[in-house]
Amino acid sequence: MRRFSASGLIWALAIILPVVSLLSMTVGTVSISFSDLFAADSRQTETILFDIRLPRILLAICVGAVLSSTGAVMQGLFRNPLADPSLIGVSSGASVGASLMIVAAGGFIQSGALLGLSLVAVGAFVGGFVATLLVYRLATSGIGTSVTTMLLAGIAIAAIAGALNSLLSYFSDNDMLRQISLWQMGNLSGASWTKVTIMASVALLLMSLFPRDSRALNALLLGESEARHLGVDVQAVKRRLIILTALGVGVCVALAGLVGFVGLIIPHIVRLAIGPDHRWLIPASALAGATLLVFADSLARIVVIPAELPTGILTALLGAPFFVVLLLQQRKQV
Amino acid sequence: MTMLADNISLHLSGFDLLRNVSLEVEAGKVTAIVGPNGAGKSSLLKVITGEMEPSKGSVSLNQQPLSQWSLDKKAQMLAVLPQHTLLNFPFTADEVVGLGRIPHQTGSLKDAQIVAEALELVDASYLQKRFYTQMSGGEKQRVQLARVLAQIWQPCELGEQFLVLDEPTSAFDLSHQKLTLDIVRNLASRGVGVVMVVHDLNLASRCADNLVVFNGGVIEAMGSPEDVLTEQLIDKVFGVKSIIAKHPATQRPLVIT
Repeated sequence: MRRFSASGLIWALAIILPVVSLLSMTVGTVSISFSDLFAADSRQTETILFDIRLPRILLAICVGAVLSSTGAVMQGLFRNPLADPSLIGVSSGASVGASLMIVAAGGFIQSGALLGLSLVAVGAFVGGFVATLLVYRLATSGIGTSVTTMLLAGIAIAAIAGALNSLLSYFSDNDMLRQISLWQMGNLSGASWTKVTIMASVALLLMSLFPRDSRALNALLLGESEARHLGVDVQAVKRRLIILTALGVGVCVALAGLVGFVGLIIPHIVRLAIGPDHRWLIPASALAGATLLVFADSLARIVVIPAELPTGILTALLGAPFFVVLLLQQRKQV
Repeated sequence: MTMLADNISLHLSGFDLLRNVSLEVEAGKVTAIVGPNGAGKSSLLKVITGEMEPSKGSVSLNQQPLSQWSLDKKAQMLAVLPQHTLLNFPFTADEVVGLGRIPHQTGSLKDAQIVAEALELVDASYLQKRFYTQMSGGEKQRVQLARVLAQIWQPCELGEQFLVLDEPTSAFDLSHQKLTLDIVRNLASRGVGVVMVVHDLNLASRCADNLVVFNGGVIEAMGSPEDVLTEQLIDKVFGVKSIIAKHPATQRPLVIT
């Protein structure tokens, strides 16, 4: 197993991401030439570029960055390379919240009202936060928060959420059912400047606070008592990172639905490439996640022109084979 | 300046793990703790390092109750090597040892130098860029030893430093056992107080200034190896018949079973 230089990977991604984003501006139902990007020749082109594609790409960047960096943080916190942000219950809770809103406020959504859409977002966010709080409470006792109990509590909450979701699906009509399942596939098509502003502020908040705890996360990989002996206030770090993850993932899910796979596999791939040091792993994962999501979303817009696919389908279809190739290569070298 | 456990008792889910244990660990001395499995050795280490609160009694570090030291200040004075460390992420050896520098603000250049020296000291320089997950048990234990050594590499202005080792030599071959004892003696002569749990009585006899024998949660005997190691005591505590001889070279007691 050979490692790449961490700063090298970060620089490379910092160049690739803008390039992919620029290319992404040109593709879609209406193809726009590269030169038109800088000198739009019509009102219509301008609208497509700046009111539809640009916010969508920026949303993809922020969602990808938040999902992957929180994934890296959760894998460190749980000392498990297969952990992902959904472990703390946030995704399953959000999905119940969203379904509930779709079923309860179905009328609004059918009429395509903006209010209906944001109700779903609020429902998802509240659902995600409540579920995380519940999981955290269940796992916290007088002696601190047990990550093992948290893992198990997360599974239990996910099971309950799954059942509630099925129940809601059972009682919804065809149109609601379609709404629910579309939402669960994850979709960036509803991007707007409002959504971008919310998502970008959350992404910036996370990116500015995570570095503070990267060394603590490194120490935590040794074990909790070892980290404490290295001067890390384990309980405070845990609480802080779980709150930030719940916030980050909660907003992602609220604005873009369940975009799976990014939070689990991207940090894993990046760790294979540059090692587990969180000082590099977190920013590199954020950049890689952003790149993957922009790329996947561009494909989602063009594979079935004139229609488009939900983004979440493409992230898994693109990322999983790549991951398998990496695993096979790693096995060959051992 | 000492690390002091005063009249400690520890009850856990109906069991008395420690009963009225008092122990003083002096800076510059090596204290070895021996005793049968389940005698309470590891429990005592957990209590004196602040990992567990005693049910009764108090623990202090450099004249101040242990719980009143902030975690980062405590980490500058007290390093702890557990029996097992479950690290299953592919850090390289120098990254693992570098974790020992987390409590200090000495800058990455100085830290890198200390990491290299600590690895050299435990005969693990050749492991520097190797992955922890691919090392043998003995190599892992040496890297972890280097990590706690890096943590107390330089004297600290807050007070005397202490090193707690739980069976540091369990995975070592003969030469690395000897190496560990030399490192421990050197640390003590630099003024560090060392507490270590060991199973090999002769190892303990060779390097300890103070030998503590645990049995059933209480201290059975305590003092210099010459005073403590008797045939009656070994029979009583371990149920093993033995002969105590004198090591021809070091004059230390030698337990022959």
